[in-house]
Amino acid sequence: MLNFAYHRPDSLSAAIDAARVEGADILAGGTTMIDLMKIGVREPSALVDITGLAALEGLEVGADRIRFGALARMADVADDAELKAAAPVLTESLWKAASPQLRHAARLGGNILQRTRCPYFRDTAFAQCNKREPGSGCAALDGGETNLHAILGGSDACVAMYPGDWAQALIAFDAEVTTQGTGGTRTIPFADLHVLPGDMPEVETILEPGEIVTEITVPVVPALKASHYLKARDRESYAFASASAAVGVEIEGDVVGDVRIALGGVAAVPWRAREAEESLKGGPLTEETAREAGRIAFAEARPLEGSAYKIRLGADVVAGALMTAKSRANGGE
Amino acid sequence: MTHDRSRPRAGISRRSFLSTSGAVGAALGVGAGDAAAQQAGPDVAAGDQPTITLTVNGQHRTLNVEPRTTLVEALRDNLGLTGTKIGCNQGQCGACTVLLNGRRMNSCLILALVADGTDIVTVEGLADPDGALHPMQQAFAENDAFQCGYCTPGQILSAIACIDEGHATDAAEIREYMSGNLCRCGAYPNIVAAVESVRDSQEG
Repeated sequence: MLNFAYHRPDSLSAAIDAARVEGADILAGGTTMIDLMKIGVREPSALVDITGLAALEGLEVGADRIRFGALARMADVADDAELKAAAPVLTESLWKAASPQLRHAARLGGNILQRTRCPYFRDTAFAQCNKREPGSGCAALDGGETNLHAILGGSDACVAMYPGDWAQALIAFDAEVTTQGTGGTRTIPFADLHVLPGDMPEVETILEPGEIVTEITVPVVPALKASHYLKARDRESYAFASASAAVGVEIEGDVVGDVRIALGGVAAVPWRAREAEESLKGGPLTEETAREAGRIAFAEARPLEGSAYKIRLGADVVAGALMTAKSRANGGE
Repeated sequence: MTHDRSRPRAGISRRSFLSTSGAVGAALGVGAGDAAAQQAGPDVAAGDQPTITLTVNGQHRTLNVEPRTTLVEALRDNLGLTGTKIGCNQGQCGACTVLLNGRRMNSCLILALVADGTDIVTVEGLADPDGALHPMQQAFAENDAFQCGYCTPGQILSAIACIDEGHATDAAEIREYMSGNLCRCGAYPNIVAAVESVRDSQEG
């Protein structure tokens, strides 16, 4: 690891001032940042450690909104009994991610900003990576292994997949992100935080230099209570999603009122499957309609040779997650 | 959010014992010999080696580290505590697991500067001074829960935390909550048995 300067500011304004400097990166739990620095993908000249900013910790499960401090730890939030009862998708998508050790270190703000696991992004022996070195090409599209790559939202410049789990629960339930930067405070719909790769895959979010995520909030809706995160992966635990779904339903009588579907392990950014949701609204939720929703969710997929398996797997995961959510809506586990 | 970090934990109760008997250990602090060394402040330049303080297994230790020094490097290289192992060195294998303020973490992904002022438990801090093994160490031996032993210090720290967190209800939950510790010898069934036996003895 190359050496770097280290700053531990004791106020948010000092952190913003230090983090806006060219070459500076923000350090929270460090589970992504230190890893990327060791493998030479990130070489910051300075790290701004924000973990001393205790005001950014905390979790508040309110009647109308759930508020997550950006520095809340994945492990604490995943184990919160009140949150689990109110919004199971928001705890399941945390404890099914990473390992216990990583979840104790990692913070929620860093979790939503985690970087892709594309092997060509992570291996600097490959010169071609438009995300790491703009304009250098894409080793995955140029004959590389493509089994870990996006089938939704990719571009001709980049097919790197967004690997996070919790983000899928956030986008499904209309979360908002509050930030503070040189321009003051702003609140961003979570769905607007990440940007599609297009021809500039090096730009992953709308955050400005020095802008720090301070809080994430989720409005409480009935479908949160009957929600579920289903994650299919190569091994039973401690692996990134091959395909996953964050879902929730509100059923009135036999008719779907509200339904939320987001897809993990398959897209370039956190991915809301709105057309699949629309296909279910106003009708019954059955195994057949759930399967149809799964098919619709992947109708626009553009698979590569190695990632074609994700279409069928992903559709099955959506259907399976919806049936669990239905069972929860009916009072089951 | 009020998470009760004060409830008794196996590691902490043992540490409390060590801290009351650690007067000799406190004099063993290494790395503080550089009179010009600065205490780590809010700003450290690249290449500087400020002084940090860690409480390791109940003993106060001062040492000098660069910004890029990781906690596992500080433990092994600065303090000579080589029980904590470096496996993958990128947070995937769990061999470097330690307890930091009671939480299990991968010490290869934590900067030593970030750990300044924290309380660390490594495998060296588990046995009693008279040599009596910690119950989890004893259970690993009795259940043949290792072959080569390289992952074992991390497994044992993680297993202690697994029970303290309440995530050892049954074998399936133990496997899930021990998944951050890889064992390439494949001793997993015996590791699960060791965790179950300690859980059962604590319940009794």
